This record gives sequence, C-alpha cells and structure tokens, in this order.
Amino acid sequence: MLNDVTFGQYYPVRSFVHNMDPRAKIIFVIAYIVAIFLADNFFGLAAVILFLLVAVLLSRVPFGRVLRSVKMILFLVIFTAVLNLFFYAGESAYEPLLQWGIVRITWESVVNTVYLAVRLFLLVLGTSLLTLTTTPVSLTDGLESLLKPLSYIKVPVHELALIMSIALRFIPILIDETNRIVSAQKARGADFDTGGIVKRAKAMIPVLIPLLVSAFRRAEELSDAMDARCYRGSKGRTKYKKLRFTWRDLVGFFYFAALITGVVLLNVYLGGRFEFLAWILN
Amino acid sequence: MEAVRFDNVKYSYREDEDTFAVNGVTLSIEQGEFVAVLGRNGSGKSTLAKLINVLLEPTEGSVQVFGMDAADPDLTFEIRKNTGMVFQNPDNQTVASIVEDDVAFGPENIGVPREEIGRRIDFALDAVGMQAFRHATPNRLSGGQKQRIAIAGVLALLPKIMILDESTAMLDPRGRREVMEVVKKLNREQGMTVILITHFMDEALQADRAVVMHRGEVVMDGKPEEIFARSDELETYNLTLPRAAYICKKLRAAGMPVGEAFTAEELAEEICRSLQKA
Amino acid sequence: MQIVAKGLTYTYDAKSPFAAQALRGVDLTIDEGEFFGIIGHTGSGKSTFVQHLNALIRLTGGSLQVGEFDLADKKCDLRALRRRVGMVFQYPEYQLFAETVEKDVEFGLKNFQKELSDADRASAVAEALETVGLDYESVRGQSPFELSGGQKRRVAIAGVIVTKPEVLILDEPAAGLDPLGKKELMELLHAIHGGWCKTVVVVSHDMDEIAENCTRAAVFEKGKVAMCGAPADIFRRADELAEMGLDVPVTARCARILRERGIDVDTNFTCDDFARKVIALWEKGGEGRAQ
Repeated sequence: MLNDVTFGQYYPVRSFVHNMDPRAKIIFVIAYIVAIFLADNFFGLAAVILFLLVAVLLSRVPFGRVLRSVKMILFLVIFTAVLNLFFYAGESAYEPLLQWGIVRITWESVVNTVYLAVRLFLLVLGTSLLTLTTTPVSLTDGLESLLKPLSYIKVPVHELALIMSIALRFIPILIDETNRIVSAQKARGADFDTGGIVKRAKAMIPVLIPLLVSAFRRAEELSDAMDARCYRGSKGRTKYKKLRFTWRDLVGFFYFAALITGVVLLNVYLGGRFEFLAWILN
Repeated sequence: MEAVRFDNVKYSYREDEDTFAVNGVTLSIEQGEFVAVLGRNGSGKSTLAKLINVLLEPTEGSVQVFGMDAADPDLTFEIRKNTGMVFQNPDNQTVASIVEDDVAFGPENIGVPREEIGRRIDFALDAVGMQAFRHATPNRLSGGQKQRIAIAGVLALLPKIMILDESTAMLDPRGRREVMEVVKKLNREQGMTVILITHFMDEALQADRAVVMHRGEVVMDGKPEEIFARSDELETYNLTLPRAAYICKKLRAAGMPVGEAFTAEELAEEICRSLQKA
Repeated sequence: MQIVAKGLTYTYDAKSPFAAQALRGVDLTIDEGEFFGIIGHTGSGKSTFVQHLNALIRLTGGSLQVGEFDLADKKCDLRALRRRVGMVFQYPEYQLFAETVEKDVEFGLKNFQKELSDADRASAVAEALETVGLDYESVRGQSPFELSGGQKRRVAIAGVIVTKPEVLILDEPAAGLDPLGKKELMELLHAIHGGWCKTVVVVSHDMDEIAENCTRAAVFEKGKVAMCGAPADIFRRADELAEMGLDVPVTARCARILRERGIDVDTNFTCDDFARKVIALWEKGGEGRAQ
C-alpha cells in the first residue's frame, strides 16, 4: 500500500555526489531552486535539466529511482496544470485555441502550463537527489551546522536536528508497521477501498490507533535506550563525523555558479518565454 | 570485586499502591559473572534490570554498582557508562541510519575525542563480527545482526557490565545463536559481567549462575544445573524444564538409572550408559 | 477446505533495485483437517506464502486453490474467502485498536456478518473470549491496552476466531511468550482444531513445537518447499536441516547421536514418545539380562 514512498530514502552507493559535504549540497540545492525560478525561457530550463542529468550521472543513482520521486506529486502537478491551462486569466496576444464558457485555452496558457509542470518536476527531482545521495544523519548534521548561528539566540538546534534524524530513521519502520496493521485488519474484514470519503476515513481508525500506540511504545523504548547510552543533550557532546569541505565541493560551487550565470545570460539574450513564443508562432 | 549489589530493594510503578514489581530483592553479582535471570512475564525481571542502570530508582532499599550508590544523581552518568543495556526490540534502540553512526552515539554522548571514537567503533564492530556492515543501514539487516549492532553500540562505551533484557526474544534461532555467541565471547575473553534476562532455558544453561524471579522476589539462585534439578520447585513458579531435563526426569521416574542431563549430547550420553549397563 | 498451491512465485518491490524474489515456485498441498507446520528461516518465504492463502498478497505467479476459491481468478470473492480463512499475524496484540475488549473482538463480526443481531454478536464475542481463556463479563468493558501482554495476545486471537474461520493461519503465535504461555497457546489451538476450525496452519521457529503439535510440516528454504511430510520424517533428516542452518528438536539431536552408537530409537520426536521408546528399549534390555 505504501510501497511507493521512496522520496527521501537514501540510496546507498559511493559516488562523487554522495561524498560531497552535506552543507555544500544543501546550499547547492538552494542555488538549483533559484536557477529553476530564474530560468524564464525554455533554453534556461533545458540548461537546468542538463545540469541535473549530469548530477544524476555523477551520483550513480539509477534514473528510474530518481524519477520515482515524481510519482508522488504527479496528481498535484496534473491538477494545478489543468487549472492553469483552463483558467489562465492573463491577456493573450493571439486567438484563443479554445473558448467554451469561462474555460479558455490560449497559447500563453499552454506555455505557462508546460512551464509550471516542468518547474515542479525539476524541483522534486533535484531535492530528491539530495535525499537520495545524503544519509538522513549527514543531512541533519549539515542542517545543524548551517543553522548553528541560531543556537546563539537560544534556538535548540542540536535537539531539533536529532529529532529530525530520528524521525527519518523511523519512517521506513513505521511504513512496514502500517502495512502489517493494514493486512491484519483486512484479514478481519476491514474494507479500505470502497465507500465515500467519510466511510474511508472511518475505516482508517483501526489502523491509525494501533500505529499511534506503537509509535508511543517505540518512543518510550528509544528514550530508555538513549538514556542507557548516556544521552544528556548537546552538553559535553563530541562528534565523530566532522564535516569538511573538499575539492568536490569546490567543483560543485563552480558548477552551480556556472548554472546560475548561464540561466541569467540565456534570459538576457533570448528573452522571456512569451517572446520565445512569438518568435516561434511568427 | 562486587559489580552489582541490591539491598532489600523494592520498586512500585505506582506511588499510591503497595504492589511491588520488585519486592525486597537482595542480590550480589560479582565482576565477571554470567548470570541468567529467569521468570514468567511480569515477574519483575525487566524492572530489576532497569534498577541497575538507573533507568528506574528504587522505592525502597539501595542499589550499588561498583560501590557507586545509584541514588546519587551525580553518579548516574558514571553508572550508565559502566553498565551497557541491550533491549528486546532491535528496531527501537538504534538512533542513526548508518551502523557506524549508531555505534558512535554512545561515545559522542560522553565526550570521547573523535579519533578515539573511530578506534572504539573498530573495537566494538570487531567484537560482534559486524565490521563488514560498518556503512550499512540497520533497516536492511537481519534481527540477529541488528541486535549485534545494538551490542556494539553499548560496547563502544567500554562498560564493565552488559545487561541483555530479553534481547533474543524477537529473534529466530539463527539470530539467537549469533547473539549468544557474542555474549559468551565477551564474558570469556574480556571478563565482561553479563546479566541475561531470558525465557529460553537453553540460554540459561550457558550461564554460570541462574536467578529465578517470581512476583518480584528472587526465589531461586544457584548454578543452572542445580536450579533445573529442582524441577518440582520450578513448576510452582510456572517455569518449564529444558526438554532434555524433562525427558531425563521421565526416564528416572520409570526407574532408569540416568543422571542429570540438560542438552541433547548429555542426554544421549546418559541413555547410552544406562542402556549398556542394562 | 483443501489448500493447493502450484508453482507459486512472488517478488517484492519488483522493478526496483531492492527487488527480492520471496517465492520461487512453491508446490504444496494442505488437506482439510491438518495441523500443519511451516518451518524456515526469516526470509525463506514462509510469511509471504501464508499471506497468499487469504489474498492479503495477491497471486502474481502460479496457481492457488483454497477450497472452492480460485485465487488466480480476479473476481474471486475476497470477503467470503477471508471470512473462512482467518489469519493471526506475528505479535497480534499490536493490532488492537478499540476502546473496549468487546468492541475490538467484534470488529471482524461487524465486517463479515453485518446481519447479526446484537444478542447474537454478544454471544459470539463471549464464546470467543471464553475460548481463549478470558472471562467475558470481567474483560468485556476493559480497555485492551490495560491488559497484560499475555492477555492482549489472547484478545487479539479472539478477534480473529470470533468469526469461526474454517482455516486458521498463525504466524509465530507464541513469539515472545514465556514457556508456560507457549504451552497454553498450543493447548488453545488444539482445543479449537477439529471443531469449527478444521485446519490449523502454524508458522514456527520452534522445532520442538512442530514435533509436538503438527500432523505434517513443510520446510521452506529460499522460496521453495525443501521438505514436506510428517514431523518424524522431517526430523529424521537432521543433517539436511542442519545444512540449511535450521535447528532440530532436542529429541532428534539425541536420537542421531544414539544411532551413531548403534542404538535406534524409533520415535516421532515428541518428548513423551521419545522417553517412552527409550524406556521400552531399556526394559527390553533388562529382560534380556534377566533371562
């Protein structure tokens, strides 16, 4: 039932991307997102795609695995795309392609829709590449390190990072557990697949309650186990894995600097998406 | 040297009641001993274990670990450093998503310098035979392997006592064997004091000493062979004999001159001897 | 209901890098009336196999007939099947959810037999609870979460047997129980077996348990049935089992050593039978000497 949840699950191989500093990777993902939104024409997006392809190749994560992360948001993308396609409110320089009541499809809305969809996909693909190549632990280490300045204003950065890494660690365990409970209740005749939304929501109670109970039980046991292993907060704590920037991160830095520069240049020289549209249609 | 000392310890989970999960236990465990703790579910075994490393504090009486009083909050940390504890569910005691990060968790907590943590990870993973899985994710390991990682996580704190609270209960026979091998080795080769809480009589047979708990009290205490020889008494505490001992008892009841046997090998030996005599 | 599996195959996470073939062609027949044991390592495919029996895992390869139900048929009535094939998962107490024991136990009834009157339902729940050894009047109103571990497990089992399934499948029902709890559980299964519950299929790691309770057993190894037969026949092949890394009952190990020394104990490997046969040998030897 929940086997499709692969977003965020580390893919264990060794590669150039895997070996980068998590802090660098987080910064690069931010740069990548900026690039996606800066790119205002198809050449810019093509450049972003090209950069992503190279990054995926370097990461040695199979393409299919990266693409699977898109499956989760497919519905969302289609939904927004359809809305966008039919109800684009902007002025159009051309004859509408279709006009039917308030529904109107124009060249601009088609372009916008494609744009939106591609951007959303790229967004998810890029961020999932981060989680596929970075263990939850080093990801939270990276975040903790990047957010460290906040601890001077009494934000409990270490604790938050630990909570996040434990949450990430228990996701696959709880998914397994959910599947097991669903199977057990199905064996007792529970029906999760038919009926209206209220009935379906009610049908989930025999799954959610045991899951909740079990999560509490696990939390209690885990806290005992952490106590037994001398956990007492960040006080006097050392770290085994020290983050260190390497030549890989420097390469990454230039790579993303090039991406952003490229996208900006493409915008300046080739203009926005509608100018491009005009160029094609005329 | 005395590793653990209980003096008339009582513990109640609810303050307002006088039902005690541990009810007046006096017990001494020497350093290097391998003690099995037996008893039905709810007999107070786990509570006893948690009193040792101060996960619980006694309602009455005193607990001492290497002479350190468990009631002294300043010593809690020092006691926990010296008493490692492995729990029942292998999934609920792993903090990190990579084996070596998880093993590092304990040493990080007590402020061990980074290079030293690396050495301790090596030591701990070698001790449980899991060095090859150093960079693996615990989720993909077998139950026995996960428990060995949990043991390694505890070993990295260099404890003198290791408590296993039904740590083999959720494992299959292969996993149980793996864990027992590791535990026995630690006891033999490093003089680790082991306190093993278990339902499996064959595991108890591998210990130097067995303690039977019933309704919060220690009711039997001695060599496992001696304990299992008192089968009628065991029955009153709702415990069963190891199967070989049960067969032995039947044979003796029929008049066969067999001595005590606790394993298949011993039983075969006894049967052979008495048949040849006949 | 007879269970006939032919060439059953199943792969988890097919098409992913973690694809794992759990079943590689399972051929197995379980007759009505059996107390059937399934043995094997974690990962040998035994859990995957039993989950096929009431279509919790849908058939993807091979054929499976459970009574009149053809599991390969897409239109197979799953509700009717699941009503007649009950399944107790590992650690079933982790699936308790309702605020009272009564409400939890009647869950299956409410799903499978909606037409039942309140009185009939209450009496069915009472019967199920009594069957697992709990007093209906005293536990019905209690929260299942406040019971002891052993009692929780009983309530969970009551929640499955309340619909009186003809086939009852249990995945390591005794895991985590203390020795006496294990013994009581097996007695419970024998008590219901032969009545409305015609067939019991139990997955277990405990070879002694299999030897002592089952009419027949199958050994799963790497997604296939490696051995199938009466426990006595299986445990006589102790060497092969050891090769698979599986245990054999204490009696089988002992019998093997005795055989090496020229003493043949013809036993079905239960402790009592083994003791009886050894005593018989000894008495025969005694007579020989007396003559």
